[in-house]
Amino acid sequence: MIEAEIRTTIINELTQIAPEADFEELSPTENIREELDIDSFDFLNFLISLDDKLGVEIPESDYEKLISMDDLIGYLQERID
Amino acid sequence: MADFIMPSLGADMTTGILVNWLVEVGDQVKHGDSIAEVETAKGLFEVEVFNAGVVDQILVQPGSEEIAVGTVLATIAEGDAADVAPTPTPAPTKIAERRQISPVAHRLAAENHIDLSQIEGTGSQGVICLADIERAIGGTVREKVPHLSAEPKKTTDFKAGVRQAIAAAMSLSNREIPHYYLATDIDMSRSLRWLEEQNRQRSIRERLLPVVLPLKAVALALGKVPELNAYWVDGELQLKQAVDIGFAITLRGGGLMTPALHNVDQLSLDQLMTALSDLITRTRSGKLRGSEMTDAGMTVTGLGDLGVRTVYGVIYPPQVALVGLGKIAEQPWAEEGALSVRPVLTATLAADHRAGDGHQGGQFLDALNHFLQEPENL
Repeated sequence: MIEAEIRTTIINELTQIAPEADFEELSPTENIREELDIDSFDFLNFLISLDDKLGVEIPESDYEKLISMDDLIGYLQERID
Repeated sequence: MADFIMPSLGADMTTGILVNWLVEVGDQVKHGDSIAEVETAKGLFEVEVFNAGVVDQILVQPGSEEIAVGTVLATIAEGDAADVAPTPTPAPTKIAERRQISPVAHRLAAENHIDLSQIEGTGSQGVICLADIERAIGGTVREKVPHLSAEPKKTTDFKAGVRQAIAAAMSLSNREIPHYYLATDIDMSRSLRWLEEQNRQRSIRERLLPVVLPLKAVALALGKVPELNAYWVDGELQLKQAVDIGFAITLRGGGLMTPALHNVDQLSLDQLMTALSDLITRTRSGKLRGSEMTDAGMTVTGLGDLGVRTVYGVIYPPQVALVGLGKIAEQPWAEEGALSVRPVLTATLAADHRAGDGHQGGQFLDALNHFLQEPENL
């Protein structure tokens, strides 16, 4: 799957949680949870929705690798192809 | 015959709006059935009935006027629908067809006399949302100059309503409750190791969030110190039987609610996680039940997601205690003459000094710590 599609999926799912978020303003290296004020409950639901859409189940031990948009896209791209 | 009254869904509530009946005259109801929808400053709630029987009379029709807490809304006759003949009542005006609508949209529609049957909902599954009502009004709402009304409490804004409700409850608390505060550091190594192992074996949908462990431990600790699961009313301590714990849930865009998780001491961690997910989801989508606003005997607030280490909470009256949970963070830990690094949770207790003393609070935090050292027994 190409990067743009993954990005769109991520943004769609994050919009469900943070409808007011402006993704144009979000830098690809910023901490997503801090910037969008996503708590651990929202974050878990976000990961569940990514599993639904992309078929990638992210183990808890990898949470710390997934800080920014770039991290997420890179991580998912490796596992989808 | 029992009366079904406008309930008080919190210390700050004096009136509510009857939005909708979920039953009709002649319907059989049982304890805990949701039978009406009531709107308060904090949103829309389904209100349950506490008497089994048959709806005998509906005395108040849905509308947009504020109805005082305690007003009789309906009467419930004992017995089965088959053998209770409903008391003849004047033909009730037709109840509007039930529409799915967000609380804030409902409030705005009522204030602007918008006919909901003419509105097409554009939210998910056709739910009418704020934008639909704003469109119906003609997009002039946001620019509208706030009108000075004889009732300063009335607000056009759900967020402002929540803010006012919090302000009222917290002012009362700080004015009347002599708080005392205790804090204890809890070594979370065992709990987190156990949780990590559990989550490794689970699918992502069954994963437990760390907060369920301290939540369950609080419930068990209240079993040891039941004086903290109680209300202070008219100078007296009233112990609660059920262990219903209020959980502070932040609302996106500001404000928070502290609805109750019921019978937490009797739930497995899986059941507690399911109940918590359901409660958070419904709180954030404005679908709480009345009992969830009133049943909590104590409240837990966790601010660890934001990196807060120590929470100094304000008690939600008439409760007598509040537990604050900070971030579980690695800290130097000295034990048996050796220094190591451990994940540490700072748990705080704010408690009402009229209702009890620090010794009791200390016993509670000690019990909380004890239960978190044996996660397999939670």
